[in-house]
Amino acid sequence: MPEKEMIKTVGLNKSFGDLHVLKDIDMTVCESDVVCLIGSSGSGKSTLLRCLNFLEKKNSGSIFLRGKEIELKNVDVNTVRQKVGMVFQHFNLFPHMTVLENVMEAPIHVKKIPKAQAAKEAKELLRKVGLGDKMHVFPSKLSGGQKQRVAIARALAMKPEIMLFDEPTSALDPELVGEVLSTMKELALEGMTMVVVTHEMGFAREVADWIVYMDEGRIIEKARPEDFFQNPKEERTKEFLKTTELK
Amino acid sequence: MPSIGHVFKTLIDSSGLFFDAMLITLQLTIVSIIFGIIIGLFFALLKISNISILGYISDTYVYLIRGTPLIVQIFILYFGISGIFLIPDFWAAAFALAFHNGAYIAEIFRGTIQAVDRGQMEAGRSLGMTKSLTMRRIILPQAFRRSLPPLGNQFIIGLKDSSLAAFISMNELFNVATTLGSNNFDEMTYLIIVAFYYLVLVALLTWLVNSFERKLAISDR
Repeated sequence: MPEKEMIKTVGLNKSFGDLHVLKDIDMTVCESDVVCLIGSSGSGKSTLLRCLNFLEKKNSGSIFLRGKEIELKNVDVNTVRQKVGMVFQHFNLFPHMTVLENVMEAPIHVKKIPKAQAAKEAKELLRKVGLGDKMHVFPSKLSGGQKQRVAIARALAMKPEIMLFDEPTSALDPELVGEVLSTMKELALEGMTMVVVTHEMGFAREVADWIVYMDEGRIIEKARPEDFFQNPKEERTKEFLKTTELK
Repeated sequence: MPSIGHVFKTLIDSSGLFFDAMLITLQLTIVSIIFGIIIGLFFALLKISNISILGYISDTYVYLIRGTPLIVQIFILYFGISGIFLIPDFWAAAFALAFHNGAYIAEIFRGTIQAVDRGQMEAGRSLGMTKSLTMRRIILPQAFRRSLPPLGNQFIIGLKDSSLAAFISMNELFNVATTLGSNNFDEMTYLIIVAFYYLVLVALLTWLVNSFERKLAISDR
């Protein structure tokens, strides 16, 4: 099967003041690929993810979505964001809206989908992530795992072509990590293109098509999971894997 | 001090006169609160707009209003502006109070808007919502809810500050009380009576704000 390119960065650079966070990042994610970005904190992996969605503005370099370069014009960015779903570490659900309203908000007000249709689609998505019985409660009533599954449904409601996950399980109690990861796994099996910043090595090993290891703002190694975990090429990767095994 | 019986009798006898005065006080308060909220929201949005010139305009407004006594502002509007083109007394007082309240309300809104988690804006933007749509649908409703307790406080201050309109001869509560007091050589009785009226109005306002707060807080439970 020929692999079609979904999102690509060329020579991406990002600095916060004097701090050079991303250094010449070239990365390609193909359609239906699940790419796990791993690395120690401060390595730039979250910043890279946020640049893909323009939540951080790149300093230089280019980002392509399906081969088309994305300009920094406001209109362009807003349409691109509709195609790029994002799930945050801290869920960022809208606390003044019910679960159902959270999921319906963007389809109604951005895509101008009729309310009845948006509600129907939102309910389907919520059932899919196993929250069919929580539609009319407010987010404050939910556990962390349930919140994150609502956040996934909310992003999916815009029918994105690619989903970005920024440490989706890092803020969860250990016993709630599983339900979120299995929702993500399901999504991966359906062929969703995903870029996941994670510390869950088990998930990366099992679900990822590619592992991208970052350190100090550079991509050190990109490999298939089996190669990455069994035969890492780079010295720094070996060091990193040693520290994660100790945990 | 006048006896309780005398105060009570005078309260009953003067209730017709005070009722009209109370309506004027209420009108002044309500008009100045409504315009104060609009003005306050406007300057709060200028302040957080990331456009520095708009921020300076907002800062200047808040500084001028907070930096001068309300009575000076009322006099400037009443004697100054009315000299150029005629404003009815009521509107001179109402606008002075509105611009005064607006500066404090702007600071309330600025604080509560900035207190909404940054992630809320990011979540809205990541769904393809524009900045202004996210502000309107996501940020402001949350900020407004948090604004209610300090706003209630400001409303009470606004209600009592409306007594300064007496100095441009508005027949509101305080003016009526001092006039009746000096006409009847019985200042203390009428001051106690007017204090009673203010206490009743403040109790009413407090109850209103509290029940509104409870209504909006349902989703937090």
